[in-house]
Amino acid sequence: MTLPPFQKLIDAHGPDVHRLLVASVGRLDADDCYQETWLAALRAYPRLRDSSNLRSWILTVASRKAIDHVRRGRRQAIPVGEAPERAGPAAAAPVDDGNLWGLVRALPPKQRNALALRFVLDAGYDEISAVMGTSEPAARRNVHEGLKRLRTEYRR
Amino acid sequence: MTESDPLGRALTDAARREPLGPAATGAAPPDRAALPDVSARAASAGLLDVAYAELDSAVGRLLLAATPRGLVRVAYVDFSGEDAVLAALAEKVSPRVLAAPRRLDEPRRELEEYLAGGRRRFELALDWRLVRGFGRRVLEATAQVPYGSVSTYKQVAREAGNERASRAAGNALGANPLPIVVPCHRILHSTGGLGGYTGGLERKRMLLQIESGQATLGA
Repeated sequence: MTLPPFQKLIDAHGPDVHRLLVASVGRLDADDCYQETWLAALRAYPRLRDSSNLRSWILTVASRKAIDHVRRGRRQAIPVGEAPERAGPAAAAPVDDGNLWGLVRALPPKQRNALALRFVLDAGYDEISAVMGTSEPAARRNVHEGLKRLRTEYRR
Repeated sequence: MTESDPLGRALTDAARREPLGPAATGAAPPDRAALPDVSARAASAGLLDVAYAELDSAVGRLLLAATPRGLVRVAYVDFSGEDAVLAALAEKVSPRVLAAPRRLDEPRRELEEYLAGGRRRFELALDWRLVRGFGRRVLEATAQVPYGSVSTYKQVAREAGNERASRAAGNALGANPLPIVVPCHRILHSTGGLGGYTGGLERKRMLLQIESGQATLGA
């Protein structure tokens, strides 16, 4: 199997990876996550078995970095037994100026990730499920639940 | 449907308004400067197997590529094509190929000095891995031909161990992965004809002219 030169991936998907990360972790941490994403991908690249969907592969790596990043941040912020998947509205997520994406960043990781893929990258549910490694119904549910939760937050 | 959800639309709009980084247009040429650099951290993590850069020079646009061992490829972009050169490097060396101009600063500088007539020899580490066997011996013999002088296909074939293989020597020189630096332009026909050149004969003439304008048949 022949893999394209890695730079071709960065040129083709770098802007989308960056946009996804800015939405998921905030502008301050996005650059670092962006580099971490490409380094992790570069490390695994020569052993990659399936090169048929490199875009969804790299978005998966970026999504994992974003989720890890937020979990790490929350562990540092709330050292006492906060279950990371159930981060409530009071979780210490970076909320910029009370804006909409700041609120998204306070959602549980999977919902946040799904919303970013859906509304920043305009991904379809097939792509969201491929990137997140879930079924399509689960992808829909993550988007739907994220929106529902956001709606209650937003109207506060 | 979620698509028609007003909150979803608000999210998309907010994402557009927010300075989320360069828009994904796909068609536009990559603006690498707008995004964080990956190559420096890749290099310190030992993950930069092939670094490359392009250079506008007196003999046209050149692509330079280096591995941690040294310069591995010099290509005339108009002749070889950027995509084809990078794809070949990905296949033959490693798919970890990254644009990393800073890592090519030294070869770039030496090439510019050479083309300006101010440098007579290159002091660069070379990675010969793209050539093997007889072809490699031909190119190593070629690398010994001094600045300003010339040799013949027959002579480098002899030095590579097979005097009768001057045609094979010509093929090896035509496939030189390191033109200019390994001076295949200094190899001519024994009859005095220019022979061929990987970047076109016009360039061969130019390089010989840079080296003196009166290159003598020294072999």
